Amino acid sequence: MSVDAAVVEWSRAQFALTAMFHWIFVPLTLGLSFIVAIMESIYVRTGDPEWKRITRFWMKLFAVNFAIGVATGLILEFEFGTNWSNYSWMVGDIFGAPLAIEGIFAFFLEATFFAVMFFGWERVSKRFHLTSTWLVAIGSNLSALWILVANGWMQHPVGMRFNIETARNEMVDFWEVLLNPNAVTKFLHTVSSGYVLAALFVIAVSAWFILKKRDLRFAKRSLLVAASFGLLSSGYLVLLGDGSAFVVAHDQPAKLAAMEGVYDGASRKGIVLFGVLDPDKELGDGKDPFIIKIEMSQMLSLLGFHDIDSFVPGAEDLVFGNAEHGIESAADKLAKGKVAVDALAAFHAARKRGDPGAADQARADFDAHADYLGYGYLDKPEDILPPIPLTFYSFHIMVGLGFWFVLLFVVLLWFQMTGEIADHKNWLRLGILSLPLGYLAEQTGWIVAEVGRQPWAIQDMLPVGVATSDLDAASVSVTFWIFLVLFTALLIAEVRIMLGQIRRHGEEVGHV
Amino acid sequence: MFEAMSHDTLREYWWFLVSVLGGLFVMLTFVQGGQTLLYTLAPDSRRRDLVVNALGRKWELTFTTLVTFGGALFAAFPLFYATSFGGAYWVWIAILLCFVLQAVAYEYRKKPGNVFGPKTFEIFLLINGSLGVILLGAAVGTLFTGAPFTVDATHLSHWAGPARGLEAALVPFNVLFGLMWFFLARLLAALYFLRAVDDDDVRARSVRQVRLNTLLFLPLFLAVAALLLTMEGAGYDPATGAVALVPYKYLDNLLALPLRALIPLVLGVAGVLYGIARGWRGGEARGAFWSAAAGSALVGIALFGLAALNDTTLYTSTADLQSSLTLQNASGSPYTLTVMSYVSLAIPFVLAYIAWVWRQMGRRPLGVDEVERDPMSY
Repeated sequence: MSVDAAVVEWSRAQFALTAMFHWIFVPLTLGLSFIVAIMESIYVRTGDPEWKRITRFWMKLFAVNFAIGVATGLILEFEFGTNWSNYSWMVGDIFGAPLAIEGIFAFFLEATFFAVMFFGWERVSKRFHLTSTWLVAIGSNLSALWILVANGWMQHPVGMRFNIETARNEMVDFWEVLLNPNAVTKFLHTVSSGYVLAALFVIAVSAWFILKKRDLRFAKRSLLVAASFGLLSSGYLVLLGDGSAFVVAHDQPAKLAAMEGVYDGASRKGIVLFGVLDPDKELGDGKDPFIIKIEMSQMLSLLGFHDIDSFVPGAEDLVFGNAEHGIESAADKLAKGKVAVDALAAFHAARKRGDPGAADQARADFDAHADYLGYGYLDKPEDILPPIPLTFYSFHIMVGLGFWFVLLFVVLLWFQMTGEIADHKNWLRLGILSLPLGYLAEQTGWIVAEVGRQPWAIQDMLPVGVATSDLDAASVSVTFWIFLVLFTALLIAEVRIMLGQIRRHGEEVGHV
Repeated sequence: MFEAMSHDTLREYWWFLVSVLGGLFVMLTFVQGGQTLLYTLAPDSRRRDLVVNALGRKWELTFTTLVTFGGALFAAFPLFYATSFGGAYWVWIAILLCFVLQAVAYEYRKKPGNVFGPKTFEIFLLINGSLGVILLGAAVGTLFTGAPFTVDATHLSHWAGPARGLEAALVPFNVLFGLMWFFLARLLAALYFLRAVDDDDVRARSVRQVRLNTLLFLPLFLAVAALLLTMEGAGYDPATGAVALVPYKYLDNLLALPLRALIPLVLGVAGVLYGIARGWRGGEARGAFWSAAAGSALVGIALFGLAALNDTTLYTSTADLQSSLTLQNASGSPYTLTVMSYVSLAIPFVLAYIAWVWRQMGRRPLGVDEVERDPMSY
């Protein structure tokens, strides 16, 4: 199974490109759908036409953003087939199910009630309309559930076994896949990050109106809803962040080591609040990986394992092994993996020439080493590590911003409730500036999740290097550029339309 | 209840569900057909807005059906998904691009600041409605005419030849199939507009399109049917998996599969013809769209049945016959198919709420006034 390294790199680049574009739009969809539903609920309850106007304004922006999310999502789903076809065969028996369920349960809910939410104002009753708006919100969040169950399974594969006959993994326990702790925390963490981003979006737009002294009643009401929604979500998000760290510490020690820049493991390990990594640091050279750092002692052991005395393995422990703490070296794992890979090939060769004795022997060899199969496809022990600097910085940017957003929501809500928010111009400006930071936090979060689990497509089971389609690098590079140009053009159009809609807000009063 | 089913029964059940999704998708491509009639039905911009909005209430259903069709293939027949998508790379990428263009076109077409102007997004709709449908037709055609791939001992697939799927466009049957679908979509769209819009001018033009597209569709349909029922197909021995070519395979299948092919095909054709007859002279045309639409769905279901049941290879390899994919060797495990079958129990419920919402939203036809008055209009 030799795969051209350039194909792997281009395929990864293309998938990252699509996923990152997709993730510009989806978090806003996830959160704004609920914010709009809350606003419309207030309208239906109070009957105040001003709330109807507010609802419709945000709903329009929701639609502009939704369209391009759908466009990028389509590519993402089918890319598993077009660019990762070996992956699709080897784990499709588990991975395909959540995608199909997503279509049946979530996408149709969104698509059907989306039409009512937008075009049904004059065609259905108020209550039916409100129900539709809530169903769109629920549908979009449900679709996030299923794809994140699938992603959680890639991070921590459970509920399946490898079938040597078909040379693929097959599902044996659906509930284990669905209730996978990694999937549950990932879902909650991800959707609540979307709620925070949507709150930041509404705050930024509302703050702009307040600073411009335009349409103040609309802007303040919107800001109130958004800051409340944002505070609840971001508080929850920080708590969930802790849950995510716990899951990562147990299932993906190499990712945790990269997130925290841990090279040599220790008990009572501290957490780095801020740090600059030494770019010359090499595995096992004994140097301090940090040029400067601010550390909170013992916290990593506490947060990662909920026990101060726990040992946190570092990159060096994972590569070279650590007998004292029962960590097997990567070289040993690779050697066992090669036995599994060879046994798999021997089994199928024996089957083909009709030699049942040899097939049985190969099967026994395989079974003894099956857990290491994925390692057999790696070249060298260091390959088990993700890129440490990218993971480390992304993680710290995301966490730092998360705490900033909590503070921002608290302060804005306080000013809004206790006095005249329009007097706090600097905080309003910070509200606008925080929107790009929200997008940055979203992107860095996924970099931690996906770059941090390299080299694996499926943790410990399937490295990205053997998961691609049998394509030539030229084809994939061409589609990469096509997607880059197309998505960029559409993004520019989207942003300009959004800005136009926002600027034009007051003008539509006449014909609403 | 599904645990008691054999693996083969589960496979056939899932192929039936894939067929239903495929059939519904064929029917819902009236949206694509309508997109290609944009300028024909509505030379002026007010009416063009009307036509776009009449389709704009439905486009997402078509799109979602396509996505779910892909998801169901992935989950139930992963080797087909892997082999076809990863192999026929350029065809699938081209199809996906056609649908990316559609996803933004409705929303962005008339919005100020859209950078490229309304015309560009209208061209996107045209591309999606024409190239998108014809390519999809050619891709579905390969279920009958095959494709040049190989599958190795560990079930990893490889493509033979550099065209990566584009070679499908050189097979006359595939091209005719795509064109037939294209004109069917336009025919359905014309019938849809007869009831969906409240505008005499658009309706009068739609009637002309019903007639014109019927005259283009019917000969293509007859040609495709004649080729299909006389062509050689590949069958396999379920005990050994050995594949062999069989003359008149699809004609055999049609006669051997009364419930899964012959009856749906006959009913489907009758439905389409009845719909055409109802719509031929315009007027109220009550029931014209729905009987033609339901008929198209039934024909689609029958075609998917012919393609893979009765021990027929679902995806025949023209490079190595023994690599051909069948429901047997391409499917998910019995456990996964069982779990998915429980999930499938929700499908009637989903169809019911879609139908109900469709009725609620379609109580009266859409007029130019409503489109202009509603600030949410596309």
